Amino acid sequence: MRRVVVVGAGPAGTAAARAAASFGVEVVLIDAAPTPGGRHRWDARGAGARAELPDEVEHLPESAVWAIEPVPGGHRVHVRTGPVDGPERTGRAIEARALVLATGAHDRALPFPGWDLPGVCTAGAARAMARDQGIAVGERVIVAGTGPFLLSAAVSLVEAGARVTAIFEAGDPVPGFITRPGGALAGWTKAGELARYAATLARHDVPLCRRSAVIAAFGKDRVEAVLAARLDRDWRPVPHSLRRFEVDAVAVGFGFTPQLELAVAARCDLEDGFVAVNAAQATSVPGVFAAGDLTGVGGADLAAAEGAVAGAAAAKLLGARVRAPIGAMRRVRAGRRFAAALAEAYPLRPGWREWLREDTPVCRCEEVAYGAFRRAVEELDVGDARVLELATGAGLGLCQGRICGRSVAELAGLPETADAFARRPIAAPVRLGELAEDVPVDEGP
Amino acid sequence: MSGIESADVVVIGAGIIGAACAEALSAAGVRVLVIDRGAPAGATTASGEGDVLVSDKEPGPALELAAASRRRWPELLDELRELLGPGRAEIGWDPKGGLVVATTAEAVGPLAALTAAQRAAGVAVEDLDADRAREMEPYLTEELTAVAHFPDDAQLQPVPATAALLAALRARGGEVHSGVMAEGIVADRAGAVAGVRTGVDAIPCRAVVNACGPWAGHFSETVGAPVDVLPRRGMVLVTAPLPRFVGRKVYDSGHVDTVAGGDAEPRFSAVVESTASGTVLIGSSRQGTSFDEGLEVEVLRRLARGAIGLFPRLAGVPVMRAYGGFRPCTPDRLPVIGEDPRMPGLWHATGHEGAGIGLAAATGRLLADLFTGREPVVDPEPFRVDRPEVALEAGA
Repeated sequence: MRRVVVVGAGPAGTAAARAAASFGVEVVLIDAAPTPGGRHRWDARGAGARAELPDEVEHLPESAVWAIEPVPGGHRVHVRTGPVDGPERTGRAIEARALVLATGAHDRALPFPGWDLPGVCTAGAARAMARDQGIAVGERVIVAGTGPFLLSAAVSLVEAGARVTAIFEAGDPVPGFITRPGGALAGWTKAGELARYAATLARHDVPLCRRSAVIAAFGKDRVEAVLAARLDRDWRPVPHSLRRFEVDAVAVGFGFTPQLELAVAARCDLEDGFVAVNAAQATSVPGVFAAGDLTGVGGADLAAAEGAVAGAAAAKLLGARVRAPIGAMRRVRAGRRFAAALAEAYPLRPGWREWLREDTPVCRCEEVAYGAFRRAVEELDVGDARVLELATGAGLGLCQGRICGRSVAELAGLPETADAFARRPIAAPVRLGELAEDVPVDEGP
Repeated sequence: MSGIESADVVVIGAGIIGAACAEALSAAGVRVLVIDRGAPAGATTASGEGDVLVSDKEPGPALELAAASRRRWPELLDELRELLGPGRAEIGWDPKGGLVVATTAEAVGPLAALTAAQRAAGVAVEDLDADRAREMEPYLTEELTAVAHFPDDAQLQPVPATAALLAALRARGGEVHSGVMAEGIVADRAGAVAGVRTGVDAIPCRAVVNACGPWAGHFSETVGAPVDVLPRRGMVLVTAPLPRFVGRKVYDSGHVDTVAGGDAEPRFSAVVESTASGTVLIGSSRQGTSFDEGLEVEVLRRLARGAIGLFPRLAGVPVMRAYGGFRPCTPDRLPVIGEDPRMPGLWHATGHEGAGIGLAAATGRLLADLFTGREPVVDPEPFRVDRPEVALEAGA
């Protein structure tokens, strides 16, 4: 099993694959998308160039890892390859001595009245549609949530031809955080990027309203209007501050939730909701490394640096002669400072619970209303995610809690909210017939 | 643990068995306190499919308890509704019936023998021809060699059912305390139960019910009155919601052997049924005798194959998740219900393996009958604690 399997071909995964391959070990890179590059492509520049892979890397596009099993000396990774909706996916089990998990994060939405209306989408989805296909989710769009990613989403929407009525930033980051010389971002490329965003938004007269949020959306068949409110420090709406806006789309994003299923399935320890790693990106499980948003959200540059470190460490585990990736490790340290500052500057405050009404769905798949949810939680003194699902119905639907899990876990007061819904032995949907098949096991070199 | 003063009976374990025992005792006027080291219904109960079956029990004590429980559940539900009021005893009771299916020539004889014996024991069974079976379940395989319909098989939702039982307990003045670990028993000079130790404190009581499920063996050993109850693992697959795919519980006739089988070897049989939300649950597996949680893809593969054997159309359906749980298993495959003669005041209610949801109603009733000296709902003898199959020597 002299092989590294990398899961996820975003900035972290591609960097890990490239690094490991450069030290002469066999690398298989598995990703759900048809082309490498990842889900968010944070950086405006160079995403395509970064995603280029050397020939030595075996890239499995359109491939879903649905299970990881430990085997003697490593892990067995179960993969289905082919279009998700197509009938002809093929199965394969790949064994590897070293595994690099770079499954990334998806953006987080908080529930509010009307968030289940068509026309309400995540900032990440709106940005991806605008940037990859040139399609804006609406003509008049409000962007709401928290974090600098909102600026990037708004810019993409403007560039795709939408009129962005306003950006509502629920937080109130320290003034000057973004450009303060000598601060957390000193020397960080992102500062320039954010300054460019700010210039573009100013040019298009897009106001940025701090300490404000969309707390309700209305419409018949899709969103037609929203209510925005000023927020107090805890994100409770300030009385008499409500304003109504006519829009046909709302893009919301409240930071990112790491996609932990595979890391949890591999039994990696977590810390503050992310996969715990050491300076070599090694997790608590021998042979398993993690890089990118899984270990903390800090953008593509940090992810790529972590990937380079993880790839080198994985190759070393396989016995390759590896030069210490000193430059990448330095970039990881700087990037982590940025990530920590970012997390500190844009915390989520508990007052969002007050945006909810009795009939607000907290789980969109199963249409579980907040009132019924709260009563069920109180009745049973719910203490873990599985019971929460069964007692309330939240998280049982098609998305399996990927959208609502963290929020409903917080609403129920569960002790572990980040990974409460990540305990999924089947990490990606797989058809029963595919599960029944005997698949070839590739033990590798 | 100030705030917990005393109780007549402390039930350890807030799964469905503990909740049913507590409910039945409180209905008889006993002051009950339920403690659980985690949260109610958080372990074995949350991993159950909610079966209330008579079809999968061989005639004998297992079937008697199952039949008594099947009779008891609707009564109990009526009582809970009356006590708790509208909307608070919605436990998803669904008397949907079961189909036991043979798909090979060799399976016909054993299925006929089973149904004959069950009929003789008073269970309602209807033999169906293949056409009638497919009228009832249109997606059933065409490879049918024999089908038996058990109209009395039913299903309920284990977590809401546990919540309703505990709500009834509270309505009668009982208490439920989560996050309280029972660390031992305080005995009086005569060696009888005088309290439960929880950390530095003790809760005075005159009886304790060990309803710790798969951990019941461990707890009984801790208190010096060991019973042979070990964890056995079961896995269930859950599909994406399908509109009206399967109406009843449908399972392969080999399942009865799986339930009755007495060894630690992994056993599999195909069991397929829908939930209220339209998802299809696929079981069942029984394997191991330890708390090993590792995923085995081979187990999932065998479950998938079995289900497709019964319903070929399931092959194209996405599986949303798999979940596993541990069930309390005894060497003779019968639960342990009753007082432990080695320690007066110590009661056990455990060892129901994969049938605990269904058997909970009669188990609670039987335990309360024995506790209060009423005429027992079924003959308690086969479930007694000191039978040689389950009573272990202390310190052995």
